[in-house]
Amino acid sequence: MSNMEQPGENSHSGMWAQPVDTLSAGDMPEGLTAINIQGRRAIGALQGFGQLWKKTYKVRLSGVNRSSAEVMQIWKENFALFQPPGNRFYLPSGGVTPGKIMWIDSPLPVAPPFYDKPGLVPMTSGVMILYADDESFSVMTPEGFPVSGWNNFSVYEEDGSRVAQVQSFERASDPIYEFGFRFMGGAARQEFIWVHVLTQLSNHFGVNGQVTMTRECLDPSIQWAYAGRVWQNAGMRTTLYKVATPLRWFMNFFRGK
Amino acid sequence: MSKANITLNVRQTKPDTSVIDIQGEINAFAENVLMDAYTQATSNGARNILLNFEKLDYMNSSGIGLLVTLLIRAQRQKQRLIAFGLNEHYRQIFELTRLNEAITIYPGEEEALAMAV
Repeated sequence: MSNMEQPGENSHSGMWAQPVDTLSAGDMPEGLTAINIQGRRAIGALQGFGQLWKKTYKVRLSGVNRSSAEVMQIWKENFALFQPPGNRFYLPSGGVTPGKIMWIDSPLPVAPPFYDKPGLVPMTSGVMILYADDESFSVMTPEGFPVSGWNNFSVYEEDGSRVAQVQSFERASDPIYEFGFRFMGGAARQEFIWVHVLTQLSNHFGVNGQVTMTRECLDPSIQWAYAGRVWQNAGMRTTLYKVATPLRWFMNFFRGK
Repeated sequence: MSKANITLNVRQTKPDTSVIDIQGEINAFAENVLMDAYTQATSNGARNILLNFEKLDYMNSSGIGLLVTLLIRAQRQKQRLIAFGLNEHYRQIFELTRLNEAITIYPGEEEALAMAV
């Protein structure tokens, strides 16, 4: 906070996304589809279907002589590069900016033993950048995304070292995803992804950091009121979209497009 | 780790209602003090927990996560979480994150207390 700011004033408003009713595809990367973003609402951890989990992943960057802001800047710039194979993230033009969409093309797993390999069910969607400052940023999910909630990414100082952290507050968005998380390797895949990202971040700084992970089930209950979200399931819709691709080509051919 | 820059005061206004006055910043470092305040606020059997944001300086997205954690704990104990004193900016943040669908917001303490029945 700068010295000019007064308590309670709107001084941090630029760090948060502006409220919107529905999301807009904006500058979508080439080759992706907007069907799971355009017109979708952003939803939080309270609006999903499955059990609510808080998961915290940390890696200590011992010996890294950089400020938290410098580490976060490098993390933001390389966010897509630090993802595991098959998990494609697309930063918006201008980088991590509140309100923009970070596009994601990440096939969903279907077999628990292969959680560390790219999945088989196509899923194209994205997340809205909810908040960003020099040392942290957060993303919020749209309707139809595998999870409903937030992911916070931060760097801070602890006992003389920088610590990079990923913390998620989220629950499966619908019954299909809940089944996938529990029985098809979805939860293991998700945990693998963030451990991989933090490992890549520490490797970037020449540190062989050990990633720790804690998980806490904040709410074990199922919210049946959101079972209907299955119709917005981004995995299902992306699959149908891809299956229908030859038909669209055929139709466009005869329309002369 | 950075220190929490928050001061919380707990007061019981009615037998079933406690108010937590928040002064300072709600971020990841506020977790322990916020949860301690919640424990204190509910120790006398209060069913309505009012969060007073009138002196909130700053809240980041980690703070939203803390409020969700607090909300879930309250709901599991069949307690109500009520907010008042949010400025326009943080009222918008509550709407953006859709916390306002689970935490009722009132302009001031008087209105919040009137509804805490």
